[in-house]
Amino acid sequence: MVSSEAKTGLKTPDAEWAEKWEAVIGLEVHVQLLTRSKIFSGAPTAYGAAPNTQASAIDLGLPGVLPVLNGEALRMAVMFGLAIDAHIAPRCVFARKHYFYPDLPKGYQISQYELPIVSQGHLDIEVEGQARRIGITRAHLEEDAGKSLHEGFGDQSGIDLNRAGTPLLEIVSEPDLRSPAEAVAYLKKLHQLVVYLGICDGNMQEGSFRCDANVSVRRKGEHKFGTRTETKNVNSFRFVEKAIAYEIERQIEVLESGGAVVQETRLFDPDRGETRAMRSKEEAMDYRYFPDPDLLPVVCTQEYIEGIRRQLPELPEAKKARFMDHYGLPAYDAGVLTAERALADYYEAVVESSGADPKLCANWVITDLLGGLNKLGCELAASPVSAGALAGLLKRIVDKTVSGKLAKEVFEAMLAGEGSADQIIAARGLVQITDEAAIVAAIEAVMAKNPSQLAEYRAGKDKLFGFFVGQVMKATQGKANPEAVNKLLKEKLASP
Amino acid sequence: MSAGTRGPGAGSGEALHRLSIRQLAEGLRARRFSSRELAQHFLQRIEAHDKTLNSFVTVTAERALAQAAAADARLAQGAGGPLTGIPIAQKDIFCTQGVKTSCGSRMLDSYVAPYDATIVRKLHAEAGAVMLGKCNMDEFAMGSSNETSWYGPVRNPWDLERVPGGSSGGSVAAVAAGLAPAATATDTGGSIRQPAALTGLTGIKPTYGRVSRYGMVAFASSLDQAGVVAHSAEDAAYVLQAMAGFDPLDSTSVDRPVDDYCAALDRPIEGLRIGLPKEYFAEGLDPACRAAIETAIGQFERLGARICEIRLPHAPLSVPTYYVVAPAEASSNLARYDGVRYGHRADGARTLEELYKKSRGEGFGAEVQRRIMIGTYVLSHGYYDAYYLKAQKVRRLIYDDFKRAFETVDLVVGPTAQNVAFKLGDKLDDPVAMYLNDIYTIAANLAGIPALSIPCGFVNGLPVGLQLMGNFFDEARLLNAAHQYQLATDWHLRRPHGFE
Repeated sequence: MVSSEAKTGLKTPDAEWAEKWEAVIGLEVHVQLLTRSKIFSGAPTAYGAAPNTQASAIDLGLPGVLPVLNGEALRMAVMFGLAIDAHIAPRCVFARKHYFYPDLPKGYQISQYELPIVSQGHLDIEVEGQARRIGITRAHLEEDAGKSLHEGFGDQSGIDLNRAGTPLLEIVSEPDLRSPAEAVAYLKKLHQLVVYLGICDGNMQEGSFRCDANVSVRRKGEHKFGTRTETKNVNSFRFVEKAIAYEIERQIEVLESGGAVVQETRLFDPDRGETRAMRSKEEAMDYRYFPDPDLLPVVCTQEYIEGIRRQLPELPEAKKARFMDHYGLPAYDAGVLTAERALADYYEAVVESSGADPKLCANWVITDLLGGLNKLGCELAASPVSAGALAGLLKRIVDKTVSGKLAKEVFEAMLAGEGSADQIIAARGLVQITDEAAIVAAIEAVMAKNPSQLAEYRAGKDKLFGFFVGQVMKATQGKANPEAVNKLLKEKLASP
Repeated sequence: MSAGTRGPGAGSGEALHRLSIRQLAEGLRARRFSSRELAQHFLQRIEAHDKTLNSFVTVTAERALAQAAAADARLAQGAGGPLTGIPIAQKDIFCTQGVKTSCGSRMLDSYVAPYDATIVRKLHAEAGAVMLGKCNMDEFAMGSSNETSWYGPVRNPWDLERVPGGSSGGSVAAVAAGLAPAATATDTGGSIRQPAALTGLTGIKPTYGRVSRYGMVAFASSLDQAGVVAHSAEDAAYVLQAMAGFDPLDSTSVDRPVDDYCAALDRPIEGLRIGLPKEYFAEGLDPACRAAIETAIGQFERLGARICEIRLPHAPLSVPTYYVVAPAEASSNLARYDGVRYGHRADGARTLEELYKKSRGEGFGAEVQRRIMIGTYVLSHGYYDAYYLKAQKVRRLIYDDFKRAFETVDLVVGPTAQNVAFKLGDKLDDPVAMYLNDIYTIAANLAGIPALSIPCGFVNGLPVGLQLMGNFFDEARLLNAAHQYQLATDWHLRRPHGFE
């Protein structure tokens, strides 16, 4: 928990209300775990299959079927717990959460209630240079429901149970967040972490990372929490920010006009940028949780937990520190390169197979690769230039086959899919001229063609050196090694 | 050998339904009759008698003959095991691919499962037993008289005006009347043992986790356990042997080797320590039944067993504990029957809520609805601690009682039911009286221990059951003790008049 004083430095756009009011925000995030099969059945979890083709008898809740826990889902939950420095329950229990809905086949969802697998963790965030530690109350395993489709079936609804039984990790934060900006920072950090851990594909559009926001407001200095609302299913970082900001302002308006905030569930409408009431507390359901008698309590031994700890991948902060330390990169570069695990892996592959200077590699990855992909509107995973291919180009810079300048041209061609660096260099005749005799010949030809400039230079007009470099480079179509040109030109121009 | 005293007859005229499973297996191997003839014999008996008894919901004659033909082929090659070619009946609670699984309910009157329950696969596909059909039962196994079935009550072959007990009423009536040599059954609070007692059969409920529950329609998951009803402990041992074992599809099944039940039958019981809980002989037990049970206990003593009094102080709390735990789990397990994907769907519903209410209102009978309501209530916010949590604590005390008892005794003996079979309709309007039918059987379910019922006498021409309870996974010892008793007595050989 952080006292309200820590907030005064905040200069978010919402700061108008920050003088008098304080927002209290807690997030519940549903992370779809990247297991191959469902949490309690052997059916596959792939997204986008034809309706009801990925639902087994167990997912359909047929009479007589029984759930069996997917060990992979448990392992992923433990990984997450270890990554947020949380308590891993030595014994956790699955519970049934009851409600009737057509896309909930058993009439209950298998979840965890009193004894979740993960509790008491935290995540550190930074907003406007200010570091904050956000508590994570709990993270529990549960199964997803199916989907109800209300369009395209006339006066009926369609039910697709492909998603039923997909493993979810529900991550519940403490009400430690104080602004929409902090909420987004927390969410981004969480997103980065689960993708890093390889336990979630992070695809928000497909619903692999979904967020519900609990928001309340209170007058500055007040210790009691205000009445909160829960806004459901806000599925992009931008929407989360908008939905929370809207909700804070709505609640402040209600309170300032003498009203009271109603405890209710609200839905964010991205088209209108506002939230609206879905159901109130009076309509809230009694879920009648009780331990699922079909599943035994799950016991995690210390040995099991330590085994997973040993397999934990390097996490973003540790990686960033290592990039600075080991590769001598500035903080900015290290931060950009470690933002995504795939990019960090890409970078390290480039360094390793090119043997080039790590900073040079960083420049190429950050400026040329990311810039190029951005122009193409293309994800790293779909990059036309692999790490190996970029390393191939950097090798040619290191061994002076191409100049740094021409290398940019080669890279453009590589992005356009024209082939490997070597193929493009050969096809376009871009091999750098390092043969001194050839360069001297070019220099002498330029000197012969420009007698007046030569005389002026020798009379002391040093500035003309650049002119001669340009002429030599032009004469060699830019292929002459610039260092050699510099060196030889100096000698030739000096001696009459 | 008791079974041997009858001697295997020969020729087509022999009363195949009077033979033990071991004798049937020997006859099949000696080619005195084929599995096909055996199946036909029992199918004919079903045809002849079941209009009276109503013990089958579905008779699978075609499937039985096909399975029998396959068994004959296996036997001709000298292959197969002790159950190959032996006909049995399945309680209609076990899912059978391609054959209706109704669970005695209108809700599932049209339900055909797309898969076989693990025990169905083990008994038929693996052990080679022949399925005659699916037996009637109390709706969703909720009942002690088989009167809650959507398919109507089952009659007791010993007295057609009386109930066979429940919920496995169809299974016991079919076996007692010689319509099947043995039948599967399930026991949540006594549904194997009480009907076995009321029809003069041997019925065993194994340790919770010994037999897979996969494909068995759930009533109360933490109590449900599949078992078998048969004429003798020996017959039951053969069938249970094929059913028991770990199943990776059931998280609550236990990965532990299965004892050789048949091999254990012949061990002498000299020195066996049998505990007599005085709580089981208190008020409510019919004096004539009590006398029969005491005589049976004397018989065990003559066989060399040592009887000693024990205490199970929390046993009297079994019924109230059970009637919180079981309905709570049932209310949850039966939530899936909503008329959306399968099962009964009411016509004319205009809203989703109406569809739920009408489908469930029409699909479930009164007893099932009563238990769903009790279960929903005890799990509700504000009542959970007072009912469900408290019941779980008492359940633990009952479990501890047995744990302690088995430190000093090998088996616990007592009555299975308070009285012999009652008349149809007698307790239908008094749920509490009906619930008290299970007063002696429920504790074994709450503790998870194995228990069986064997016939030990008659009162007014109706069978009396003796209950033996064993330590966890001690089915072999239970069957052994029961078999030794049956070698010395002939109660299990009696057949109801009209069904000899």
